[in-house]
Amino acid sequence: MDFNDTAEETKFRAEARAWLEANAERLKPGDAAAVMSERGGSEVIVTAKQWQAKKADAGWACMTWPTEYGGRGASAIQAVIWHQEESRFRTPPNIFAIGQGMLGPTIMAHGTDEQKKRYLRPMLRGEEIWCQLFSEPSAGSDLGGLRTTAVRDGDDWVINGQKIWTTGAQYSQWGMILTRTDPTRPKHAGITYFIIDMKSPGIEIRPIKQINGGAVFNEVFFTDVRISDKNRVGAVGEGWRGAITTLMNERLSIGGGAGGPEFADLMRLARETDWNGRPALDDPAVRQRLARFYVRGKGLQYTGYRTLTALSRGAIPGPEGSIGKLVGAVLKQDMASFAMDVLGPAGAVTEPGIAPEEAAWQETYMGIPGLRIAGGTDEILRNIIAERILMLPPDVRLDKDVPFKDIPTGPRNA
Amino acid sequence: MNFDFSDDQKMLRTTAREFLEEHAPLSVCRAVLESDTPCSDTLWRGAAQLGWLGTAIPEEYGGAGLGHLELAVIAEEIGRALAPIPFSSSVYLATEAIVLDGTDAQKKQYLPRLSSGEAIGTFAHAERPGRQGPSSVSATLSAGRLSGTKMPVLDGDVAHFAVVTARTEHGLSLVLADLTGPGVKRRPLHSLDPSRSMAVLEFDNAPATVLGPEGRGWERAQALLDRAAVLMAFEQLGGAQRAFEITREYTMGRYAFGRPVASFQALKHRMADLYVEIELARSNAYYGAWALSNASPDLPTAACGCRITATDAFDLASREIVQMHGGVGFTWEYDCHLFYRRAKLLGTILGSADQWRERLIELLAATAPDTSHPAAQPYA
Ligand SMILES: Cc1cc2nc3c(=O)[nH]c(=O)nc-3n(C[C@H](O)[C@H](O)[C@H](O)COP(=O)(O)OP(=O)(O)OC[C@H]3O[C@@H](n4cnc5c(N)ncnc54)[C@H](O)[C@@H]3O)c2cc1C
Repeated sequence: MDFNDTAEETKFRAEARAWLEANAERLKPGDAAAVMSERGGSEVIVTAKQWQAKKADAGWACMTWPTEYGGRGASAIQAVIWHQEESRFRTPPNIFAIGQGMLGPTIMAHGTDEQKKRYLRPMLRGEEIWCQLFSEPSAGSDLGGLRTTAVRDGDDWVINGQKIWTTGAQYSQWGMILTRTDPTRPKHAGITYFIIDMKSPGIEIRPIKQINGGAVFNEVFFTDVRISDKNRVGAVGEGWRGAITTLMNERLSIGGGAGGPEFADLMRLARETDWNGRPALDDPAVRQRLARFYVRGKGLQYTGYRTLTALSRGAIPGPEGSIGKLVGAVLKQDMASFAMDVLGPAGAVTEPGIAPEEAAWQETYMGIPGLRIAGGTDEILRNIIAERILMLPPDVRLDKDVPFKDIPTGPRNA
Repeated sequence: MNFDFSDDQKMLRTTAREFLEEHAPLSVCRAVLESDTPCSDTLWRGAAQLGWLGTAIPEEYGGAGLGHLELAVIAEEIGRALAPIPFSSSVYLATEAIVLDGTDAQKKQYLPRLSSGEAIGTFAHAERPGRQGPSSVSATLSAGRLSGTKMPVLDGDVAHFAVVTARTEHGLSLVLADLTGPGVKRRPLHSLDPSRSMAVLEFDNAPATVLGPEGRGWERAQALLDRAAVLMAFEQLGGAQRAFEITREYTMGRYAFGRPVASFQALKHRMADLYVEIELARSNAYYGAWALSNASPDLPTAACGCRITATDAFDLASREIVQMHGGVGFTWEYDCHLFYRRAKLLGTILGSADQWRERLIELLAATAPDTSHPAAQPYA
């Protein structure tokens, strides 16, 4: 057991840090908020693209990807070292994560050679942004219940239907879409996976205002949208396999951390906030809560190290990745809620100029419920742990062998 | 980075588990629980023969000269078996105290006998109900004679000697007292978990000698408790893991409403949560073991992390094993209560999780604000 970097890792870390020092600005305590709230606007997209291209030129983009697609075939540990170092610097939000973390690996696994050649490199360089068109009003956790149809017409497919909660649809060039191509088969057997140009005629994108006031996700409507059969990923009717690849990678890519302020920021807040003439940190109830947060965060961090060790010995990423998102998101929500309690009545103030840490805790509190839902809700993650790690019996599936068109639906889905 | 046990250490785990599965099924724990014997002599001799007691004792003092990672591996297996032996008292506490603070003469006197199992040691610290602090010790050592009462002392009725916290003219100190000699009265106590024995020890001018720096007893006791907390965390982890496995097995085989109860989501989700708690505790325990075996300055905070999460995980597992067994879970005949008892005993004996949380924040508050690099994001 050894926590220290090996000689090689030390060298790699130094290299990464040197490059970052030369190309970016170091994060100061309390900066987390500022970086978070910059998300969204079009000027952010420009800076994010510049940063991504710069990283790609220097070999720091999608490092674990094979070299033929522009990666450097780096190890998982090297990727972590890079992210540890990068997260100490002030960098634009990674609006490429859906493409690079989820859709890229799906194209690598199921795409044609032509698709790999055309799409992966620009994806890595941040030249083209991608979105994931999976969820529908009647198909979220039960993704296999999707209804958007694709009907074959010569060399093309014609798409009709609606997607929802599509992050980044408004600024994406490309989408990966799941469609129903055969309603007479049981639900998972009639799905086909496509790449779609988001500027195609017949696509309408409407932003949805979120509980935190932002509008990162959207509704997307498809009316007779035509795409070439060349854009099909995998065989007709076998889209579910691709979907699984995407979802596995999704859980991995969001498993790592919720972002935003950290335990050290909470500790500083408790030190600096006055409770009736004394630091809040002197209060026994505060201390108990802080200690719980600390050991949970550490447990998560060291669990990550154990996973990494397994990966570095050739294990393939498994459902264990679910722990990270399940525990991390709730922990961050609890920490944010507690930070606001520590502030007393002022905890409800969200003005960055007044609220400590530029209102990072308030912003986290309002944003984190989304993380507990996106990419699999807490409940779905528990199902995955129970069924795929602990091998407990699967849930009873009433719709399993029923042709899709005959599956009963609730009033909202009608 | 390499955050896992080595192949040799895993091999040690396999042999330890095989031995305990054969010689320490839960019926052995139950037999001690149901009888008047304080522990299993056969099992103790077996542990001694396998060299477990001297795992972290240097070879020059008759030990195996391995280290604390190896000891952690064994502790986890002892915990899985709910082994009814004074392992934690003698190995994590008494032995560690002497390795840490003993003079060469004291080491020569005690360590070979501890390693062979001939001598059993324990740590006598608490004196009355309540949380222990520097001022809760009133036992005194004067002119080489110890007087005072210690209660409760884990394994106090089987131990041959004890490391005792006492006041001397220089302040709070650790002292070594023979429990078989004159001036010592001991009485076994009924306890929550009779598979481990407890006693009250009364010292009346009993001969005793100082161990380690006189007057720095609180600090030394704390250093000792930190080490024991890490090792005991593995024992707690083993217990939690075993309770979890038994629960899983039972719910898969028990049918209600025409299906295994393990197929009900309410139970599945709680099993998932329990699994997560155990994994987080395991990760913290690994870090503690690393900190202990590398004499890292992080050891005190790492020990808190181990102690808190292992105590909470075993506590949860021990409640869930009873609950998820339904009615039979509340019977004497089923083994659920063995875990329920042991979890609470181990959870109190080195101080409650709340107490360690307080200590953790004390340590963190005393250090400069954290500027280390953020948590690893293994998948980001
Ligand atoms: C911020 C954000 C960004 C997103 N971005 C995208 C995106 O880019 N692309 C995309 O395709 N989708 C996206 N989504 C959609 C997301 O994947 C779904 O919202 C999510 O999978 C949940 O589906 P749902 O909203 O239909 O909720 P439902 O499935 O209707 O869930 C309602 C409740 O029922 C529970 N539930 C459902 N099934 C079960 C079950 N089997 N057992 C126990 N409980 C159950 C859920 O946990 C939840 O509490 C995003 C969502 C959010 C919040």
